Amino acid sequence: MKKCVSLFIFSIIFMSNTNYAFSVSPDVFIQSTVNRASQVLSKNISKEEKINKLKNIAKETVDISGVGFYSLGPFRKNLNDDQLKTYSNLFEMYFLKSFSSRLAEYTNPEIEVQGKEILSNNYTIVKSILISTAERPEVKIDWRVFTKNPNNPLIRDLIIEGLSLARTLKEEFSSILNSNDNDINALFKSLEDFSKN
Amino acid sequence: MIKLIKIFFVIILLSTNAFAASDGDLEISKKNKTNKITNDCFEPLNRATFSLNQGLDKIIFKPIAKGYRTLPSPIRSGTGNVLDNLSNLITIPNNVLQGELGKAGINTGRLLINSTIGILGIFDVAESLGFPEYEKEDYGQTLGRWGVGPGCYLVLPVLGPTTVRDTAGSFINVMGGDPYYNASVNGNNEYLSDKIYMTSKIIGAIDFRAKNIESLDNLEKNSMDFYASVRSLYLQDRQKKILNSTRISEELIDSDWEEIDSK
Repeated sequence: MKKCVSLFIFSIIFMSNTNYAFSVSPDVFIQSTVNRASQVLSKNISKEEKINKLKNIAKETVDISGVGFYSLGPFRKNLNDDQLKTYSNLFEMYFLKSFSSRLAEYTNPEIEVQGKEILSNNYTIVKSILISTAERPEVKIDWRVFTKNPNNPLIRDLIIEGLSLARTLKEEFSSILNSNDNDINALFKSLEDFSKN
Repeated sequence: MIKLIKIFFVIILLSTNAFAASDGDLEISKKNKTNKITNDCFEPLNRATFSLNQGLDKIIFKPIAKGYRTLPSPIRSGTGNVLDNLSNLITIPNNVLQGELGKAGINTGRLLINSTIGILGIFDVAESLGFPEYEKEDYGQTLGRWGVGPGCYLVLPVLGPTTVRDTAGSFINVMGGDPYYNASVNGNNEYLSDKIYMTSKIIGAIDFRAKNIESLDNLEKNSMDFYASVRSLYLQDRQKKILNSTRISEELIDSDWEEIDSK
């Protein structure tokens, strides 16, 4: 019995220590993510292969579902469960295509993480720069990292030179809905068309 | 008398702005005292103008910008530096109007150093001497800092996205707010003329377009509504500049995120 209790206590201590051991600092998480993406982009493989690998990285590191609900803005309150499910699926397809094809245009972008700012328990902003080349100047990129689960931080927004991609997406979706009498099917169609083309 | 008419015109524009800000359906942003409502009051017309501008861009501006990109890098960076240096002439009075006397002093030093040692601004000597990063200011930003709302979002032919407030700010330039314009167009000297002024503005536009070829192509390719994306980015950019925000801005505090997190 004593052995069992000892084992139980040991397990608890081990598990809590494990949690600490696997807790990832947001800046380390971002640097590791951009390094992974950079490696893919600099590989001598086809564009299609690059896109597929980038999609996998995005699935692991971006809170696609959170970004999707944020992008929907106040309209998300009007959707039923089925519509939310359809939206989530379509948004994921849209996001992965948009994200990977945007990145695939770059060859070996060098991003250097410079620091972080903790906004709250849920959010840390990681500051980085895209190092300049002969063709383009240095670009400041901030990453909004969702840190509610410190063991599994997730990217929720990219703020490029102060311009939020998530907010741009939200306003784009809002515009599509506004010009179609707030019909969610119009947004579904746009997302579907984008993903197919 | 002409000046009076111009001033009257600006006042009318600004008051229209105040009314316009309370009308319209699309509310792009509504958050805090500096981020006032921006309505796309003339959206159908704006979209038509946007299409026209896209057509002009494809036929004229983009090919020119691509040609400009083939120039050697030192020529392009030198051109960009000269244009930035000239823009100090608008930035400095706006620093003063916004009560940022320290920045006005720094930018005056920057202008003097770059215009002399930097050979008319071709070389950014001030940056090498450790001057802080240059932040452009204009009269639209100053009006924003003074609490004037953006009013309606507009897309002007050739000139592109703006707001009523920013258009009014541009009018202030030609009403005496831009010393370079005054010296070129109204001044009586043999070195400057209205043609030189216009040429420098056109080169500035080409320089901007050349720096953004890939990013705009990428944005267009990956947007479902390119017009709405450009509008959003323009308004975010203006807001950031008016707030003179550092990278961690109040933009990042967004109730929509909080609501999603609470679920």
